[in-house]
Amino acid sequence: MSCCGVSPDIEDVTELSHLISSKLAAFLRTLREAGFAVGLAEGQDAAALMAAGYTAWPGLLRSAFKHLFSARKSDWEKFDGIFDAFWLGKRVRSRSVTSGAAKAANNPSLKNLPGHPAEPRAGSNAATDQIPSTDGADADRSGEGRMEGASRAENLGETDFRNMADPEQIAQAHLAAARLARAMRTRLTRRDLARRRGYRIDLRRTIHGNISRGGVPISLVRRQRKQKPLRLVVMLDASGSMSMYTGAFLRFIHGVIDEFREAEAFLFHTRLAHVSDAMKERDAGRALDRLSIMAQGAGGGTRIGESLRTFNRWYAARVIHSRTCVMIVSDGYETGDADLLGREMAALGRRCRRIVWLNPMMGWQGYAPEARGIKAALPYIDLYAPANTLQSLTALEPYLSRL
Amino acid sequence: MKTRDEIAQALGAAGYVADAELATAISLMQMLRRPLLLEGEAGVGKTEVAKALATVHATELIRLQCYEGLDQSAALYEWNYQRQLLSIQAHHGADADTVEDRIFSEKYLLERPLLAAIRRDKAPVLLIDEIDRADDEFEAFLLELLSDFQVSIPELGTVKATSIPHVVLTSNGTRELSDALRRRCLYHYVDYPDTEREARIIMARIEGIGASLSLQIARMVEGIRKEELRKVPGVAETLDWAAALVGLDVRDLHDAPETVHETLMCLLKTQEDRVRVTREVSERLLGRVA
Repeated sequence: MSCCGVSPDIEDVTELSHLISSKLAAFLRTLREAGFAVGLAEGQDAAALMAAGYTAWPGLLRSAFKHLFSARKSDWEKFDGIFDAFWLGKRVRSRSVTSGAAKAANNPSLKNLPGHPAEPRAGSNAATDQIPSTDGADADRSGEGRMEGASRAENLGETDFRNMADPEQIAQAHLAAARLARAMRTRLTRRDLARRRGYRIDLRRTIHGNISRGGVPISLVRRQRKQKPLRLVVMLDASGSMSMYTGAFLRFIHGVIDEFREAEAFLFHTRLAHVSDAMKERDAGRALDRLSIMAQGAGGGTRIGESLRTFNRWYAARVIHSRTCVMIVSDGYETGDADLLGREMAALGRRCRRIVWLNPMMGWQGYAPEARGIKAALPYIDLYAPANTLQSLTALEPYLSRL
Repeated sequence: MKTRDEIAQALGAAGYVADAELATAISLMQMLRRPLLLEGEAGVGKTEVAKALATVHATELIRLQCYEGLDQSAALYEWNYQRQLLSIQAHHGADADTVEDRIFSEKYLLERPLLAAIRRDKAPVLLIDEIDRADDEFEAFLLELLSDFQVSIPELGTVKATSIPHVVLTSNGTRELSDALRRRCLYHYVDYPDTEREARIIMARIEGIGASLSLQIARMVEGIRKEELRKVPGVAETLDWAAALVGLDVRDLHDAPETVHETLMCLLKTQEDRVRVTREVSERLLGRVA
C-alpha cells in the first residue's frame, strides 16, 4: 500500500520496512473500517514514528498513534481497544472488535430502532389501536413537487414510517431524514445571506474603501446587526404509542443537531431528558446507543404537561431566544393532567417565536384531534402538521425559512 | 528538540501536572510538526496546556480567542486606515507611486495574532482558543494557514513564516469541526483529572495547603462530579474552592462541615445544582471522604 512510504531521511529502515509495510497497512485498514478518517499523511507519519524507535514500548506507540489517528472523542475512546487487539497479539478478539465496529459505522443500523429508546410496551400500545388502521392509504397519494430529501429516497418519501417493515427500507428512510435536515440547513442559511442591506454606516470599512479617492466617502459601506440564526428546539415524544415513529424522528433530529448551528433536542415520556450532547455524536449508531441509555426508566404513558413544566422551569431560559422555533413531535396522548399541559403550553408560547406540533397520526385518514392532550394544547400551537412521511417533513422547510 | 521525559519534567516545573499521554502528544507535535487539537469539557485546563507549553519552550504565547463572526481583519492583519489617510493628506500633491509605497508599508500594517505568530524570530506558541465558536469559513481559512504557514497580503506581497509556531487549538465541542481540520491535527482529549492527579494540581497551585487536605478536596470534588449536575465543576473551580478553604483556615474537611457546605458555591454555578446538593447530600459526600 502506498500509504506506508517511509520518509527517505530515516535510516535503518530496511529491518523495519517489512514489518511496517505489512502490518501497518493492515492496521490502517482496520482503523478505516472502524470509522477513523486516516489518510496518506497519517500513514506516512505513522511509519516515521515506527522507524524512529517508538516500537520499543507498546504503551508509547499506542499513545503516539492515538494522538495521530484519533480525530474526535469517540475515536479517542475506542482506540486503545483496537490497538491492543491488533498489535498485542489478541488476534481472535481483534476480529470481533473490528468487525463489530465496522458494522456500526457503515450501517448505522437502525433496524433495531423501532424499539430502540422506548421499547414497545404492550400496555401503552393500547391507545394506538383506537385509530382506524389505514395501511397502504398513504402510498396512493401522488407525489408532486418533490424536494431533495424525498426524491433521492425514491418512492420512500410517501410511505408512512410505520408501514416500512423491511430493515433495508427503514435504514434508507432514516438516511433520507438525515439528508433532509442537511438540505434544510443549507437553504435556510442561504436565504439569510441574501438579505444584506444595512441601516448603519460602517465608518471603518467606508474609509478603507475610499482611500483611492483621497478619503472622500463616495461609496458607503453599511452594516447590519447580524441576524440571529434560527434556533430549533425539538422535543420528541418517546412513549410507547409513538414507538413506530421514534426511529425515523431520532434520525431526523440527529441530522438537525449535526447540521444546524443552533439546535437543541429533548426527549420525553414520563419525564424530560436533554439529549443534545448524546445527539452530537457524529456516528448515528453511537448517538442512538447513548440515547437508549439516557432514555431508560420510561414508565407507561406520556406526561407531556409535566415534561413541559420541567422544560419551562429549567431549560427554557437558556435554550430559547427570540428566534427560536420549538418543534414538538408527539401524538398528543396525555396520560397526566391535560390542564397542566394547557398552562405550560401557554407559558412556552409566550417565550418562543413559534410552536410547531408534528403529529404523525394526523396523516392517517379519519383522524381528528380528540385526545385530551392535543385538545388542551391546540390553542397555543402556531402550526399543527402531519409528520408521518418524509414528504410531510419536507413540507415544513418553507415554513421554517419564513421565521 | 526535547525528549518525552524532558517535556514531562519541564511541564511539571512549569506548574502543570500533566498525564503521561500529554507529554507524548507534545513530543509528537515537535516531531511531526502538526498542530495539537485539545477537546474536553469546559474547565478541565485546556488553555493551561498552551500556557505551560509556552513555559516549556521558554517562548511567547500568542492567543487568538475565536468568536462568531471573527474575520481576517481581526485575526490576521489590517491596514491602519486612519494613519494612511493622514499620510495622504499630509503629502498632498506628491507623486502617486511614492504615496502608495509609503502607505502600504510595514509602518501602516497592524499585526493581528496569526500574522504575529509567524513573524517571530523564536517560534511562539499560538493558542487558537475555542475554534468551535468561529464560523466554518474561518476554519477553512485557518486550515490553509496551518498547512502553508504563509500569508499573502495583496499590497505587500507574500509573508513567509520566519519560524513555525507551536499551534494549539482548543474546542468545547459546541459545534462539529470539519474533518479536514481534525485530520490535520494531533488529537488529545482532556478529561477531568483523577483524584490523585487533582490533588497534585491543588498542591502545585495553592500555597500553604497540606497534602491530606488537598487529597480530601480532590475526593470530595470527585464525588460531586458523580452527582447528576447541570454544570460539572472543572479544575479551576476546584482550585477556587481549595483557595477559599485555605483562606477560611480549614485544615480538615471533617472539622468544618458547615463551612464545607457553605463554600460549595465555588463549585456549583447554577441554581439548579445548588438546590440539588442539599446539606444532606454534602454530608453524605463528606462521609465518603476518608
